Amino acid sequence: MDIALLGPGCHNCVTLEQRTREAVADLGLAADITKVTDYADIAAYGIMATPGLVIDGEVVMSGRVPTVGEIKELLATHSS
Amino acid sequence: MPTPLPTPTLRQPTPTGVTAARLVLLGVTWAIVFAFNEWVWDAAVSGMSLDPHSRATEAAHYFLYDSAKLLLLLVGMIFAIGLLRSTINPERVRAALEGRPLLLALVLAAILGAVTPFCSCSSIPLFIGFVAAGIPLGVTLTFLIASPLVNEVAVVVLGDTFGWGVTGAYVAAGLILAILAGLLLSRFDLRDQVEAFVFATPISKLHLDGAKPTLADRVKAARIEVRDIVGRVWVWVLIGVGIGAVIHGWVPEAFFVEHAGADNPAAVPIATIVGIPLYSNAAAAIPIGEALYAKGVALGTVFSFMMATVALSLPEAVMLRRVLKPRLLVIFFGIVGVGIMTIGYIFNWVS
Repeated sequence: MDIALLGPGCHNCVTLEQRTREAVADLGLAADITKVTDYADIAAYGIMATPGLVIDGEVVMSGRVPTVGEIKELLATHSS
Repeated sequence: MPTPLPTPTLRQPTPTGVTAARLVLLGVTWAIVFAFNEWVWDAAVSGMSLDPHSRATEAAHYFLYDSAKLLLLLVGMIFAIGLLRSTINPERVRAALEGRPLLLALVLAAILGAVTPFCSCSSIPLFIGFVAAGIPLGVTLTFLIASPLVNEVAVVVLGDTFGWGVTGAYVAAGLILAILAGLLLSRFDLRDQVEAFVFATPISKLHLDGAKPTLADRVKAARIEVRDIVGRVWVWVLIGVGIGAVIHGWVPEAFFVEHAGADNPAAVPIATIVGIPLYSNAAAAIPIGEALYAKGVALGTVFSFMMATVALSLPEAVMLRRVLKPRLLVIFFGIVGVGIMTIGYIFNWVS
């Protein structure tokens, strides 16, 4: 599973990374987590509000920081 | 040891009637807490047998009462607004602006900028998303000016500290400033002043689902908004009210009347320039502005200070530099700065 975190490095993006890593660890998933910090690359995903969470190439959430529980649900939905 | 994947919890949806009843109960609780706020702090002061007329006690009472009141108002109002606007997001705003005649697009951009929940760290993706999709530069910049200047936090804090007449004047001035700045910027062809990569960005339009949100969905969205926005601004409320309390308690009135009254023409530009490095948002700028106003600073000067603090900031300039070339950045800040000073002079002259 490939997870991409979209965000220039603001406070919200750091929080998203922590929560995503926590969710991945809790679920025991093998996931590649990459951070996309370049504005042009972020915009290319089609989002206009950071941070964004991308699972296997699909934007699943943008504009706010989901809770660990929400991330787990998103991950579980996508891995099944 | 890895735990097995839990199945996503599909909770039984709560019936709308139950949700509505909970909302009413929540509203009543909020109103009771709000009504008792002043009494609690009055009782605390007399309960600790402090001298209610000493400067320190008055300042502490003002700080506790006012910050508690503002936070309660913000939570209540943002929740209420969140219930209503859970369907507005930048993608929808962009769709609403596409292909409109310039003047209508500018007015819409200012109004939508005011009502869209928006964090300044999203300015750049939003700018790219708008401009790359063909929204005119002037319209995009109108949105970026209106968004921090006029929003629910500013309206709630202004309404509480200055009253609703002044709030209306502030909102009108902010929207007109955003529209006129966009109009002026539209007069020139400035596309060569935008970094080239912006136009090269492929814009994949996100799928907009047309599902009508249920009441429970709206409550959830409103709760998330309260958490996000209040979580972001509560520190600023405390800082703003704290500085306001110090000004109320210790700065002698004659100082500001003498140096920043309506008859000092230099007060407006000074207030604007002082506001720029004070990077903060409306939640902090407005309580400080109110304290200055109470100490005799003219209303227009206070407006210039608050607007410059919110709309012109160095971090914002550094961020925008990623997409705007230096000349356009200077033009943009110049127009907004002159606009803010003009608003200051107009209000000083009228009031």
